[in-house]
Amino acid sequence: MEAPALTYLNNGHGAASWLLTRDHKRIALLYLVSITIFFVIGGIFATLVRFELLTPAGDLLASETYNKMFTMHGVVMVFFFLIPSIPAVLGNFLIPIMIGAKDLAFPRINLLSWYIYVLGGAFTLFAALSGGVDTGWTFYTPYSTAAANTHVMTAAVGIFITGFSSILTGLNFIVTIHRMRATGLTWFRLPLFVWAHYATSLIMILGTPVIAITVLMVAAERALHLGIFDPALGGDPVLFQHLFWFYSHPAVYIMILPAMGVISEIVQAFSRKNIFGYSFIAFSSIAIAVIGFLVWGHHLFVAGQSTYAGLVFSILSFLVAIPSAIKVFNWTATIYKGSVSLESPMLYAFGFIGLFTIGGLTGLFLAAMGLDIHVHDTYFVVAHFHYIMVGGAIMGYLGGLHYWWPKISGRLYSEPWAKFAALIVFVGFNLTFFPQFVAGYLGMPRRYHAYPPEFQVLNVLSTAGASILAVGYALPLIYLTWSLVAGQKAANDPWGARGLEWEIPSPPPTENFTVTPIVSEGTHQYGHSQEVGLA
Amino acid sequence: MGAPRATEPGFGAEPRPVTMSKYFPLFPQQASVQAGQVDAIFFFMVAVTAFFSLLIAGLIIFFAIKYRRRHDEEIGVAIHGSLVLELMWTVIPFFIAMGMFGWGAKVFFDLYRVPAGAMEIFVVGKQWMWKVQHAGGQREINELHVPAGRPVRLIMGSEDVIHSFYIPAFRVKADVIPGRYNTLWFQATTPGRYHLFCAEYCGTKHSGMIGSVVVMEPNDYQAWLSGGPVSDSPAAAGEKLFTSLACVTCHTGEAGSRGPGLGGVFGHEVELQGGGKIVADEAYLRESIVNPQAKVVAGFPPIMPPFQGMVSEEQLLQLIAYLKSLKGPAAQPAAPAQQK
Repeated sequence: MEAPALTYLNNGHGAASWLLTRDHKRIALLYLVSITIFFVIGGIFATLVRFELLTPAGDLLASETYNKMFTMHGVVMVFFFLIPSIPAVLGNFLIPIMIGAKDLAFPRINLLSWYIYVLGGAFTLFAALSGGVDTGWTFYTPYSTAAANTHVMTAAVGIFITGFSSILTGLNFIVTIHRMRATGLTWFRLPLFVWAHYATSLIMILGTPVIAITVLMVAAERALHLGIFDPALGGDPVLFQHLFWFYSHPAVYIMILPAMGVISEIVQAFSRKNIFGYSFIAFSSIAIAVIGFLVWGHHLFVAGQSTYAGLVFSILSFLVAIPSAIKVFNWTATIYKGSVSLESPMLYAFGFIGLFTIGGLTGLFLAAMGLDIHVHDTYFVVAHFHYIMVGGAIMGYLGGLHYWWPKISGRLYSEPWAKFAALIVFVGFNLTFFPQFVAGYLGMPRRYHAYPPEFQVLNVLSTAGASILAVGYALPLIYLTWSLVAGQKAANDPWGARGLEWEIPSPPPTENFTVTPIVSEGTHQYGHSQEVGLA
Repeated sequence: MGAPRATEPGFGAEPRPVTMSKYFPLFPQQASVQAGQVDAIFFFMVAVTAFFSLLIAGLIIFFAIKYRRRHDEEIGVAIHGSLVLELMWTVIPFFIAMGMFGWGAKVFFDLYRVPAGAMEIFVVGKQWMWKVQHAGGQREINELHVPAGRPVRLIMGSEDVIHSFYIPAFRVKADVIPGRYNTLWFQATTPGRYHLFCAEYCGTKHSGMIGSVVVMEPNDYQAWLSGGPVSDSPAAAGEKLFTSLACVTCHTGEAGSRGPGLGGVFGHEVELQGGGKIVADEAYLRESIVNPQAKVVAGFPPIMPPFQGMVSEEQLLQLIAYLKSLKGPAAQPAAPAQQK
């Protein structure tokens, strides 16, 4: 055979060689398969929600079933798809390679984190199959502690467990990035993808313990009636909201920061040009991680929070938008005078930039206290965070998956189909979620099983869009899988990109590098190094 | 007790506002003095969003076409950055954001500060209905009748989980939280019937916890008040409770009584055991009934039993309405001896 004698894919066969592997690349594939399964499950829940909302009356599902559907959709998508998606798949696969290492710092812990994830997922699926949870993914008290009769405990345990997977992944990344960089690979030569994951890992380590403690308190309150959150026992139900959002707002940055890292790589590769304003992009990731911890109170503007606390949270929420704006402007400037090729990863990146810009700017509507009063808990909020999480994070994930697919699989996929799918995803996404901004400002509340008839047209548009979006998501599943069978073999660097990952074979050998690389410059240096200072 | 004027929850039977384009409205009605203020900042932010989204999209598309790859080996021009541009696109968004912050905060404070002389209405949320008590004793379920042109302040509590009282046409919303009172005020401008929604997910029939706010011309409102069954006013009902719960045996208002006199206490500062003062507002009175040991008035032994679970949220509101109606040391039966 001409192919590389030994790659990480053919180095060992059989279930045990995968289930007991310590190779970061194989663990990344274990994650890829498991998060895809959860994505499909979360998508089925979403489909049922959208079909119910085709008509104003609550006629397809019973109220209780509907409530379980949107709850399970949120829980599965947030904790079991979005949070692990880019870090655990692409980060796991690429960070060691990008820094010239053979593996992560703690390969066994890396495998352990996947098992913890699967165990947490099993609890959550058990909760879903044994009757479901109806609290909303937000588990607000005292509904979750004193009123709900559903499987809150099982779901809480699932989320508690899976949090440790996230903590261990973050820990592994931070130690790896600090300790295992190749000779000459200084901090400011690191790919921006690595910077983004460093910032993400900080949030994972500092934030995730708080959600673990919080769901534990909910479970304890349910079982033992401690009176932490229940006002009848002297507790404070709003305390839960502070604890929950202390993690769950930064968790949004766990989802979006890695996607931003992906976009920084793609924009450089498909403009054949180094990034504009490297250090501004790098530090904006850190700024988002830090300020992101101090904005949680913007979820409580109508909860009777002190007005002065509200003012502080409002101003900080506006400030956290600035580093995001800096990134968007720098990506745009990177394309200027590039050699731009619109292959499918770049289409996803463009989609990301457009949708993230709208998602980010509509976030400012919610940071403005007087305006948030009206749109809080309406479909405006639903639209906003789907622009960030679906338009942003999933577009970034798909872009990254396409960009690095030849490296991961060693195969090329059908580029025309990939371009078509990117277009379908973009159109379907906007048709699904743009009408929800309108419905939200009109006053349609979230989590409504039935709704007044004047909102129907908007909901029909949204459901139609969701059907298109579903096709857009099914296509990559098909043509990427097909490429494993029939795709052309990929060269080391099929895009003509730059970076350590493109210097090694596709797919890489188990030890990544036969000779440890020595790095003398940053990534994405395409030669022709003419220093141009813009006015 | 008069029977509440119940309205069946449900959407089909509800008459919709006539001014609303029935099938495909794109913008909500403005029916309160606050609505215009909220919409103004909304339109400003829509304009900013549209401007930046189109700017970014336009530049990306323009660059992608202008600098498209013309042959396979082509590479881009290495440009490392520009401090001037970085400062520009940091500072300009910063000032725009701070402007939005200030504007948003101003609108919030206007929504927050209740004008003097607002009429008060009590609202209790429970799974899955809204119960309303007017000062004159009228009660409603899932409906709220208010006069146009007059500020209305709602004092709201919950019997079970968190709800949220939301009138989109007025652009006002406040969570209704068990164990405390949240308030909300509005001044309706246009007579009509408007949606009332529960905005915080509260369980199985959350989407059925809806109703209507009916805004009437002041004359029609007076006529509405005098029609229909009227029960005791909240204050009168509270006075009966004050006796039946035996509050009156300790809070006699006479010197040496076991509890502090309560005449005129509402809205005034009281000194607390162990130092400190607190203004006796609705929240403090509520707490002092359900959990009296929390903040004991100076000079009195902490002997009052907690009434947690013994009085409903509605009864609590009635007791508070009664205490608020006590005008001062002269008022009977609770003329306070040691009221400062």
